[in-house]
Amino acid sequence: MNKKIYPIHFAWITLALYTVFFVLPGLMGFYYSFTDWNSYSTEINFIGFDNFKQLFSADENYLGFINNTLIFTIATVLLKTGLGLAFAITLNEGVRMKGFHRVMLFLPTVVPMLVVGLVFKSILNPATGLLNETLRSVGLGFLAQKWLVDLDWAFKSIIAVDTWKGVGYIMIILLAGLQAISKTYYEAASIDGAGAWNKLRHITIPLLMPALAVTTVLNLLHGLKVFEAVYVLTNGGPGYATDVLYTSIFKEFSMGRFGMGTALSTLLFVFMTIVGYFVVRIMSREGDGE
Amino acid sequence: MKQGKLLSLFRNVFAWVLSLIMFIPLLLVVINALKTKTEANGMNMSLPSSLQWSNFAVVIEEGKLIQSFFNSLLYASGSTALSIILASAAAYVLSRNRTRINKVLYFYIILGIAMPMNFVTLTKVMQATHLINTQIGIIILLAAAALPFSVFLIYGFVSSVPRELDEAGIVDGCSPYKLFFTIVLPLLLPVIVTVGILNFMGAWSDFIHPLYYLNSSDKWPMTLAVYNFFGRFQVNWNLVSADIVLTTLPVVVIYLLGQKFIISGMTAGSVKG
Repeated sequence: MNKKIYPIHFAWITLALYTVFFVLPGLMGFYYSFTDWNSYSTEINFIGFDNFKQLFSADENYLGFINNTLIFTIATVLLKTGLGLAFAITLNEGVRMKGFHRVMLFLPTVVPMLVVGLVFKSILNPATGLLNETLRSVGLGFLAQKWLVDLDWAFKSIIAVDTWKGVGYIMIILLAGLQAISKTYYEAASIDGAGAWNKLRHITIPLLMPALAVTTVLNLLHGLKVFEAVYVLTNGGPGYATDVLYTSIFKEFSMGRFGMGTALSTLLFVFMTIVGYFVVRIMSREGDGE
Repeated sequence: MKQGKLLSLFRNVFAWVLSLIMFIPLLLVVINALKTKTEANGMNMSLPSSLQWSNFAVVIEEGKLIQSFFNSLLYASGSTALSIILASAAAYVLSRNRTRINKVLYFYIILGIAMPMNFVTLTKVMQATHLINTQIGIIILLAAAALPFSVFLIYGFVSSVPRELDEAGIVDGCSPYKLFFTIVLPLLLPVIVTVGILNFMGAWSDFIHPLYYLNSSDKWPMTLAVYNFFGRFQVNWNLVSADIVLTTLPVVVIYLLGQKFIISGMTAGSVKG
């Protein structure tokens, strides 16, 4: 009966498009990672683990790109969660013009990352940028840095820009979570003589766990896939200091070294699909509960 | 009592400082878009001596903005329409008829929320399907990339549409198509608007797909056009700013008009997940 009312062919095109343009390239990666596929020859030869040997060899920069991707991911997860939580707790109550602030804080989320990158390229310009100019004008000139050029600062700057763009979104999710916590818990804790820190540790954080889990997953997936932020702000420079997986894949692609690009992509594919499997299982289980 | 007042003052000041930090970079671009080249050299917050509206005309001319605006519009609206129709049809049957196999299919689709795109091998697929460097190709790619999250959001919403309506429709002799399009789809409107706005803005902001798969500049969307413009006119920050303003304006306008849908959609979808 159900089969007739809800024919599965309603889902066919969706499944087909998703499979052909999303899953299939991922699976094809397993084959092409083991080949010397490139733009200079029409022949594609099987070369075994050569790409991966190169990828994991200490003489090449690839391990650095993987490392950068992980550092970026961990740093943005921690920063956005930490700052987002601090902002959310501060702004949870007693703020006037809530609607206005909400719109402002969410604004960077909807601006294209490419545009954000260009704007911050100007702001972080060592000589004329707004940040250094402001620091100098308030007498903090010694804090001015060559933000995107300096080896020590370039990657940190990228992380900061991405945090600027994403923290408002995380904050608003956590704010929604905070508002769902009943005030009676805090009143009871006050009667028992609990201070602010104890309330945070024993009430807010535990009850906010589901929302924190969601924001962590969102930031994690976003961080591992980072591309535009790096591509626009530094394009991997100075040298290869800020290259991440997706930018190095694009570089391999531009140089016509498709086999190597595929190997890097496949590495990311395996890792994220395994992580995704567990995340999605939890998501779909919740959907079943309805 | 006094301490409470101080705390409340602190909260409000803090809220304003945060809002300013989020807003100043964007305001900076708007201010500099109206300056002369020399004034915009420093890219600072000082106001322009006279408003240079002509910057926008120059940018539209030099940056081929009209063309790329319509390209962006085509990609964003095409992929949004496609993804909404496909995702709601799929989410509807998968959510209503939860057999073992359908649950697996649903799981398989939303696994795409986490999966990264392999852009290198995707070229092979694009070549094989003759979609590389075509506008329809970009529309299909953007739609395919938006499907997992769209299905996820709509699937949850379908449960809130009472099944009794389906049964009433069947009793009245509706075909599955008529049932879906005339009875169920209109009731899915709230979630479809949300998903539609999110997909549209996502497609408008997209940069990576055209970067990989569009060679001809006359097919470029605004993001790629503005990036290219930046490459050519790096020293003219007034023009680059004007270009950025025009590229960003559509999403900001949509955001301000539909911010309730957007914020609630993005947060509800994620809080639920």
